[in-house]
Amino acid sequence: MSRHAILERRRQAIYGWLFLSPAAILLTIFAFYPSIATLWSSAFSRGTRRKPSEFVANENYMDLFADPIFWQVVKNNLFYAGITIPVSIFIALAMALWANSKISARSFVRTAYFTPTVLPMIAAANLWLFFYTPGLGVLDQIGSVFGLPSVNWLGQPETALWAVIIVTIWKEAGFFMIFYLAALQTISEDLKEAADIEGTSRWTYTRRIVLPLLMPTTLFIAVNAMINSVKLIDHLFILTKGGPSDASKLILYYIWEMAFAFFDAPHAAAMTMLTIGVLGLVAAVQFFFLDKRTHYQ
Amino acid sequence: MKTITKFLDSFGAILLAIIWIAPLLFAFWAATHSTSDAVNLNPFSPWTFDNFRVAWDGAPWLKYFVNTFLLVTVILIGQFILTTLAGFAFAQLQFPGKNFVFILVLMQLFILPEVLIVENYAMISRLGLFDTTLGVGMPYMASAFGIFLMRQSFKGVPIELHEAARIEGCGLLGILWRVYVPLAKPTYLAYALVSVSTHWNNFLWPLIVTNSPETRPLTVGLSIFGAPENGVDISIISAATLMSVAPLLVAFLIFQRQFVQAFLRAGIK
Repeated sequence: MSRHAILERRRQAIYGWLFLSPAAILLTIFAFYPSIATLWSSAFSRGTRRKPSEFVANENYMDLFADPIFWQVVKNNLFYAGITIPVSIFIALAMALWANSKISARSFVRTAYFTPTVLPMIAAANLWLFFYTPGLGVLDQIGSVFGLPSVNWLGQPETALWAVIIVTIWKEAGFFMIFYLAALQTISEDLKEAADIEGTSRWTYTRRIVLPLLMPTTLFIAVNAMINSVKLIDHLFILTKGGPSDASKLILYYIWEMAFAFFDAPHAAAMTMLTIGVLGLVAAVQFFFLDKRTHYQ
Repeated sequence: MKTITKFLDSFGAILLAIIWIAPLLFAFWAATHSTSDAVNLNPFSPWTFDNFRVAWDGAPWLKYFVNTFLLVTVILIGQFILTTLAGFAFAQLQFPGKNFVFILVLMQLFILPEVLIVENYAMISRLGLFDTTLGVGMPYMASAFGIFLMRQSFKGVPIELHEAARIEGCGLLGILWRVYVPLAKPTYLAYALVSVSTHWNNFLWPLIVTNSPETRPLTVGLSIFGAPENGVDISIISAATLMSVAPLLVAFLIFQRQFVQAFLRAGIK
């Protein structure tokens, strides 16, 4: 190899690492190190003044598994995911099909669907508070027209989680719509024409042609919705604070509560590790499942 | 038959649209009426802007606005610098260890910063950045997502332009600045819109690392203002909420196409 080539290679290596280092340092400080530190601190007991923190191996995890609130929270979060993911995907699909069809007031419709996306979760929660407030809220007002009794939507265990779920769906459906909208616009007009010539009904056309072609988008949205079902918890701070009696508490909120309200960092760390594990599983699903979608293109 | 389905389509679409913006419309209604008129939903009750005045006097909103503005600016500048450099290194430079580091970066896409709040809080305190704008912004600057986006964008730049600039005697940084950055303008715009709206709306992390009105962003300020122990009523909360979402909402309504394109580009990668 010529001297020039060696010099060039060395130059690229130096510049490469130089350019990378600021990002690498920050990623190390705020992603990699904290992940390892979380794993580490999840294996130690909570130190008190009398009793210093000591190595307890998996005891924090065992405590969690023995904690009924933990299971309640896991159950809540699974329910939260189980409702928000399919429902927001379904609504997003309906929105996209409508927003893509030749209807009147199309641009108004699109704007209306997408607007919640640009609002902060906290603001969304405040807006919905006006719906849910017992007696005065919009829902109760509508109910009283039909002679229904006043319902404390946020204050009773049977409805609190539902109230939270509805806000989440409202917030994310319009965001998912734009991915469907983009995918719909790539479907060739020829297919529609061919279907029309064959006399295919609109329902069959949608079910047999449009939906299969949207499958990769649906998977992509599903992964995002799964991540959101861990991430979107801000509205809990306004609407229910996880209550009543933990009926609407979700995992990330519980982690926050444990660490910053109960000052129990080791158990928070154990729960964080479990959450990272689940997110890793989602990543694996995306990697092995979603990225094999090329046969559609 | 065709006209009936078309009518039903329009009807369904518009009905859903009205349901979808109803919370905003009701908030607007509540904010512009006195509390008792607001809950009675009497369409003939008088309008008032008192709620906005009361809400505005109830908290240091101007400070919150400035804080949020500073925060999104600091994050955006940090992200632009870091992701540009790293994205360029991944896209156009050859060096040992590159692929390994790239996989590490991709891993960060799935470790949400939200999940690592406990240790990140400890880190920010250790660095002495607790309750500072930099402390709120720093964990988001080396965005793996941004690095990925920039890398994709820089990969699409024709190598001939790179070579031409080099023959003209341009250094590597010069090439990056004069060739790659200008060509990636649409990506920067898309990334900026997504980043600004994400961090304008972010709540949990700022809640944890801010502790005073001096650094508190709008979302945290709004949540404190609306807390039940403050006893503010629904009209005033609505007014405060509308006030705090107004800048982003107005920007969105004006630049709607760009926003949607940006989210799309950022989402699909």
